[in-house]
Amino acid sequence: MADFLFSLLLIVDATLRVATPLVFAAMAGLFSERSGVIDISLEGKMLAAAFAAASTAAVTGSAWLALGAGIGVSVALGLLHGFACITHRGDQVVSGVAINILVSGLTVVLGIAWFQRGGQTPSVGPDARFTPIRLPGADALADVPVIGALYSELLSGHNLLVYLAFAAVPLTWWVVYRTRFGLRLRAVGENPGAVDTAGISVAWLRYRAVLCAGALCGFAGTYLSIAQNAAFGREMTAGQGYIALAALIFGKWRPVPAMLACLMFGFLDAVAIRLQGVVVPVIGPIPVQLIQALPYVMTVVLLAGFIGRAVAPKAIGRPYVKER
Amino acid sequence: MSPPAGKIPRWVDVALIPLVNIALAFLVSGVIFWFIDVDPLFAVEIIFYGAFGYDLAIGYTLYYTTNFVFTGLAVAVAFHAGLFNIGGEGQAYIGGLGAALGILAVDHLLPFYLILPLAILLAAAFGAAWAAIPAYLQAYRGSHIVITTIMFNFIAAALMVYLMVNVLIQPGSMSPESREFAPAGQLPFMHEMLGWVGIAMTPSPLNLSVVWAAVCCVLVWAFIWHTRWGYEIRTVGANETAAVYAGIDPRRVVMLAMCLSGALAGFLGINEVMGVHHRLLLNFTAGYGFTGIAVALMGRNHPVGIVLASLLFGMLYQGGAELAFEEPKVTREMVVTIQGLVILFSGALAHMMKGPVERAYLWLAGGLQRPAAQEG
Amino acid sequence: MADTTNSSPGRPATGPVPAPSAPAPSGGGAPPAIELRHISKAFGSVRANRDVCLTVKAGTIHGIIGENGAGKSTLMSILYGFYEADSGEILIGGRPVAIRSSRDAIAAGIGMVHQHFMLVDTMSVVENIMLGAESGAILTSSVEKARAELQRLERDYDLEVDPDALAGELPVGQQQRVEILKALYRGADVLILDEPTGVLTPQETDQLFRILDSLRRQGVTVVLITHKLREIMAITDNVSVMRGGEMVADRVTAETSKEELAELMVGRKVLLSLDKQAPRVGDTVLAVDGLTFVDRAGVARVDHVSFTVRAGEIVGVAGVSGNGQSELLELLSGIRPVTSGSFDLLGERFSATRPLDPSTMRSLRAAHVPEDRLRTGLVRTFAAEESAILGYHNDTLYNAGPFMKGEAIRRDCAAKMHDFDVRPQAPVLKTANFSGGNQQKIVLARELSRAPRLLLVGQPTRGVDIGAIEFIHRNLIAMRDAGSAVLLVSVELDEIMSLSDRILVMFEGRIVGEVPAAEANERMLGLMMANAASEEEARHKSPGLPGAITVEPE
Repeated sequence: MADFLFSLLLIVDATLRVATPLVFAAMAGLFSERSGVIDISLEGKMLAAAFAAASTAAVTGSAWLALGAGIGVSVALGLLHGFACITHRGDQVVSGVAINILVSGLTVVLGIAWFQRGGQTPSVGPDARFTPIRLPGADALADVPVIGALYSELLSGHNLLVYLAFAAVPLTWWVVYRTRFGLRLRAVGENPGAVDTAGISVAWLRYRAVLCAGALCGFAGTYLSIAQNAAFGREMTAGQGYIALAALIFGKWRPVPAMLACLMFGFLDAVAIRLQGVVVPVIGPIPVQLIQALPYVMTVVLLAGFIGRAVAPKAIGRPYVKER
Repeated sequence: MSPPAGKIPRWVDVALIPLVNIALAFLVSGVIFWFIDVDPLFAVEIIFYGAFGYDLAIGYTLYYTTNFVFTGLAVAVAFHAGLFNIGGEGQAYIGGLGAALGILAVDHLLPFYLILPLAILLAAAFGAAWAAIPAYLQAYRGSHIVITTIMFNFIAAALMVYLMVNVLIQPGSMSPESREFAPAGQLPFMHEMLGWVGIAMTPSPLNLSVVWAAVCCVLVWAFIWHTRWGYEIRTVGANETAAVYAGIDPRRVVMLAMCLSGALAGFLGINEVMGVHHRLLLNFTAGYGFTGIAVALMGRNHPVGIVLASLLFGMLYQGGAELAFEEPKVTREMVVTIQGLVILFSGALAHMMKGPVERAYLWLAGGLQRPAAQEG
Repeated sequence: MADTTNSSPGRPATGPVPAPSAPAPSGGGAPPAIELRHISKAFGSVRANRDVCLTVKAGTIHGIIGENGAGKSTLMSILYGFYEADSGEILIGGRPVAIRSSRDAIAAGIGMVHQHFMLVDTMSVVENIMLGAESGAILTSSVEKARAELQRLERDYDLEVDPDALAGELPVGQQQRVEILKALYRGADVLILDEPTGVLTPQETDQLFRILDSLRRQGVTVVLITHKLREIMAITDNVSVMRGGEMVADRVTAETSKEELAELMVGRKVLLSLDKQAPRVGDTVLAVDGLTFVDRAGVARVDHVSFTVRAGEIVGVAGVSGNGQSELLELLSGIRPVTSGSFDLLGERFSATRPLDPSTMRSLRAAHVPEDRLRTGLVRTFAAEESAILGYHNDTLYNAGPFMKGEAIRRDCAAKMHDFDVRPQAPVLKTANFSGGNQQKIVLARELSRAPRLLLVGQPTRGVDIGAIEFIHRNLIAMRDAGSAVLLVSVELDEIMSLSDRILVMFEGRIVGEVPAAEANERMLGLMMANAASEEEARHKSPGLPGAITVEPE
């Protein structure tokens, strides 16, 4: 029994570890796409934020400054995307891809120029990272059967950003469904004309959505480089931005289902790693490359819509031009 | 609203504005150079010299250009159907795999002039197959092709590692490569071929596949603009509803365009695997697939533009290598950054300069002659 | 001009709309609700508004009439803040006001009901009305306030709507009420309606006019933009006529006539009906039997429709847009798959098990002029010559082996442009650079020049100026006289009545009536279009004099 709980614990830990950046990025994508702006550049924003956070942490030794830098850079990229798509009505997919490629190159260029380690940033100590937090009362409750174990082992002991990620979900829900901004956001993604004729600026609304997306991606990237790990490595996002986007689509652009999709990815990843090397009849040992490819295969399967079709916000992807 | 169509000559739209966009991309690149303490003008000088300054350099530049022509054509063909094929990396990888498998099977049995068409066919078929699955999912299930093709890039990488390490590796060897191809399975180098006719050229990776690249340019141009299948592809890309009205099945067209796209990307494998390395190895795509996107956007999806853009990026790659030699701070990633900027300015911000450039043109043109009478 | 405010508050809002009352004596009176002075607006070299002056008296219904492209929409867009005029002044209630955005217009008390509704389909009526006028950053209190206010408005103006219904699921007449409520919610004193009756039956139009009359009595000023003479005569107090970007006339409605207005609109004597011979009818070319199409939501958009079309006749399908006529055309041209039933087209039977596709349709020598030329019938970015082969691009005329014959295509396009008077006659010019009327002529040239045995036509003169309309109508009659069978779908009753030999009426996917054109009139067709009466009753209720006046062609 203890063995099983222990395994369960490891799996939940791994799930949360993998899901956290996905949840942040999915919420980011939600804001942007609900307002009608496709955001393929979640990947690029995350990577840039990861680099900025790791560099700032290495130089200043402060995790909080690093978080600020990560958010700042991600927001700046969000504004760039907005500038191209909203103000200049550029192709939103092309803009997203451009940002991803640009960031992919620039992070290494700057990394080498500043730290000379072939693109890596120097490892930072625990002071400059987000380290696991013991929730109040965790030690005291540790011996209480089941609930105590759940509280002190499962819920407690994660770093701050993990808690923030899952807090971001109800916050996002509340903003989108219970505030004026959220009402207008949803409206502009379905029928920007309705918003325009009501006297509200479509562009400013979309810019705000894109800013929110930038901020959330900043958290995602910072988590990757200084919470989950201790430094930035080139291409460390490894496609997670796209996976988050797939989770968002699969969750039909709603906060809670998207979060569940992210958790599912995390869970599958966690389980798959434990399968590595396990011998399966006929095929033999499961090759490590299959495990590595699994998240990408899963994404394709999700998007193939074998598990339900998703209907996007009606005005998504089309730049707003006054209809006259 | 912008000035009416008649007043602005076509060359402004077709040549001037794209050039302005590229200039902007390079301007920003220059700023980045400056930011990392590298003199931009020095960098430009070294890049030019490194690309064209000597015999070997030209060879290398053209070798890179060959790759970019293939991936650029691949992205362009897909764009004409309204699809954004980001999977060039994976399709090129698998295309190379296909060619290598064929060559490895028959290189001791068949002569070169039979192996070459076989390899081309296999590269095309494998590349097309790798593009076909995302294409099918987009056409018949509505899955966003950008995400699926990127996923297939990752999957291709994992698959190739698995195959190289477990299946194709030479027994007893440490490096994950296949055995070397027999001479019948190798493309002659350009310097070899020139040597046959008495012209001396420093050895470089440039090989016969550059001829195939040129042939592909002509074939793509003829296909897209002068055949009915090309017409159908362009119609689907421009207005899918009108395509349905015209009796065109958009799903079939998507499949066709993507398979052609994958096939063209696969030809990169011919260059690298059959032409340069003479074996199958890991990572020979080295980011060329993504460069294809920049090339297609810069070249406005037309073979002439693509050749010019490929030349430019070939120059950047080769010149960039020279620059990295002189200035260790600069690596291949600088070219990736420039690529990103080109895609940004030529793709996403393509229309940003349209207004100012047209106004400037009108102002200049107006200054040289009396303004034409206002239209009623 | 005398003031014509309506001064009897207790008038019941039932029955046909009351005509405007006799002009009240003029005096100092209130300043005009809206005054536009010397408004000019140009887009590049196109002068959409040239020195336009307009005075709208408070508490009246003022009509603005003109053809497509006359500049009325631009003028109203300026008033509503979508564009800024290049020069000129706007005065609201006598005071000059700067209107730079919709926000300024709303603040000045101007509300607009657009031709294409600006509603968010997935949100409720309350949410749609609140949008942009919420009373706080957090929604819950805003919703309460909005509901209360909505109830008040509905009572005062007699505009019943279910506040919690999703806007996308409401019938069109109700959606329009939501649009009106949106404007009133923001305290509009002036309500602008842009072509409001395009999607309404004649009876729903009467209902709308009753609402407008009620608004007028409450002191709201209404500006009605339309191209329909009938509506101007029925409801407005004053009317201004625009033509070619200029305001050419102002009239008191009671003192003018449809003929005078039509002439002012166009600048010359206008033909309100076409002269045509009796049809020489031949064999059945199209026989439709129980044709049905059920959409994804399970609604039967085309519901067991049966009819025939014979060679040499024009069969018109009348109906308010959205009652299945568009889907019917799409089924018959192979764009949409059949759910059940069948149709025989030129001897071949098509059904759910044997679907028609557009290329087969063309090979059987049928042709299709789609309702929305830019969305369906043309490719904007193609050169005209490429748009001119759309659907026929596999023809041997244009292909030699694997390649297309550029020369042949160009010559063919030039010939078509000549025959159909397309201007400019430039095959290499981009399709987008032609005017609406010329684009439509390109489509017609393409479909008509092959002498099809069956011609399916949808909205042939939508967005086309009057000169081109006559040309197109004459060509359709010529096709019919040459022996083609023509199925014409149009929301313009005038067009249906003047072109058709037989008229079918569609309502909610079914054919609810069939009338020979000679016996049809608007009242009868209107009743059938709203399914307010069966065919029998409709004929009974409206003994018909044929509709329009026949005038000799110019």
